[in-house]
Amino acid sequence: MPVEHKTVAATGNNMVAEAMRQCAPDVVAAYPITPQTTIVEEFARYVAQGKVRTEYVTTESEHSAMSACIGASAAGARVMTATCGPGLAMMWEMLYIASGMRLPIVMLNTNRALSAPINIHCDHSDVMGARDAGWILLFAETAQEAYDNTIMSIRVAEDPDVLLPVMSCLDGFITTHSIDRAQTMDDESVGAFVGDYTPQNALLDADNPVSHGNFAGLGGPYFEFKRSQRIAMDRSKSVIERVGAEFAELSGRPFGLIETDMMDDAEVAIVVIGSSAGNVRHVAKQMRAEGVKAGLVKVRCFRPFPAAELAAALSGMKAVAVLDRSESFGAEGGPLFMETRSALYDLERRVPVVNYIYGLGGSDVRLDLIRSVYTDLSDIAAGGEVPAGLHYLGAR
Amino acid sequence: MSKWDISELDSWKAEQFPLGAVIPESGNSRDYVTGGWRSERPVRDAQTCTECLLCWIFCPDSAIRVADEKLAADPDTFNLDHCKGCGICANECPVEAITMVPEGCELPEVK
Repeated sequence: MPVEHKTVAATGNNMVAEAMRQCAPDVVAAYPITPQTTIVEEFARYVAQGKVRTEYVTTESEHSAMSACIGASAAGARVMTATCGPGLAMMWEMLYIASGMRLPIVMLNTNRALSAPINIHCDHSDVMGARDAGWILLFAETAQEAYDNTIMSIRVAEDPDVLLPVMSCLDGFITTHSIDRAQTMDDESVGAFVGDYTPQNALLDADNPVSHGNFAGLGGPYFEFKRSQRIAMDRSKSVIERVGAEFAELSGRPFGLIETDMMDDAEVAIVVIGSSAGNVRHVAKQMRAEGVKAGLVKVRCFRPFPAAELAAALSGMKAVAVLDRSESFGAEGGPLFMETRSALYDLERRVPVVNYIYGLGGSDVRLDLIRSVYTDLSDIAAGGEVPAGLHYLGAR
Repeated sequence: MSKWDISELDSWKAEQFPLGAVIPESGNSRDYVTGGWRSERPVRDAQTCTECLLCWIFCPDSAIRVADEKLAADPDTFNLDHCKGCGICANECPVEAITMVPEGCELPEVK
């Protein structure tokens, strides 16, 4: 049966709630937090209306929400949840437990800044703090990508070669609350794509008793378990690409760990994550009209990090700027910068790379700011000095 | 021997361990020798013992061996592969037939 596409006007959160309903999780345990709230609100309504058969657990905190998700997943359920910012921070301890227990939980994270001062708007401080927690990290630019990533996340997490939790991120307010034109697929097609979940080591499988949450200290194999997580994470890369290719056939929308735009003949490029890719693309087109060979690389998967893909895409550039929407105070630069520059280290010819911290706490990412980055890159490409240190884009 | 053989556990590579550190069957703690944690060992005076079996009831590690409603004779009374020397048996014994003696240098080779 051909896939039925329906074009809708919807927010990122609308699209995510719809994707969650179509993925039919057995359990969702969540705690509401702006700007994630409308995801769980809408999903809870689907449960109340009988549109999805899910055990919806309301918890008293995010620590409890992730704990309940871990218990449900260990029991053998398909589990989803959503959070952001301080909520994600409160889940910290449990994030490592979910990945260490190899539980394929899928969580939506609507990127929000961390306090203080208190702020509810977008930046990537929340997820970048969790980047070493053993979760696969996907990012969406648009409501459409948020929908697509949600569905793909289930397949990636539950793949027998992976069995790791996946965090699917969309930018708070910018993507979560703006109404966008997007396409949904029919329930049957999504259901067939994600398939049924067959858990390994389910606690509720009484015929095959197992114990979860065991001790591996006192010279025990803790180190080996961490190594097996690393092996699974490395293996996930080809699984993500395979699932992305399969999904592209279904949806007609291509997916890559990174996505390149106008890079074929580009001389200067900006590397960016999330919604700001739209601003960068728009400015890159303007720059091209003015004769600057500008390109754009959007990172859609941050863990596993697409180092080889970035090196291939950026090799030969005359200058590259990496935009980071989070700080790593005291470090050489933002997390995306550090890993991108490291990915370029082994290239034959050194590529000058500069770092811009931008948009913290939802600070406006104006087009003239992006233009100033391309102008800096053009100067470097023309033989100008590479400016030292990191730059705060638009901060006074 | 249980069906999950962990005898070579010390030489397993990362990929040989069960997913997510689960223990994939029940009851296999009998294969995992933990008596090496012990600093004191219980010793029973068979003359004083009334075979009331309170020690057997209280032992948290099921380390007291009983056959035909009698304690196993010395040296099999206590399963020293699993006894951690907590002393609950000595504490609960109503006739003070069990004493805890310090382990010396001749500890059994355990892991």
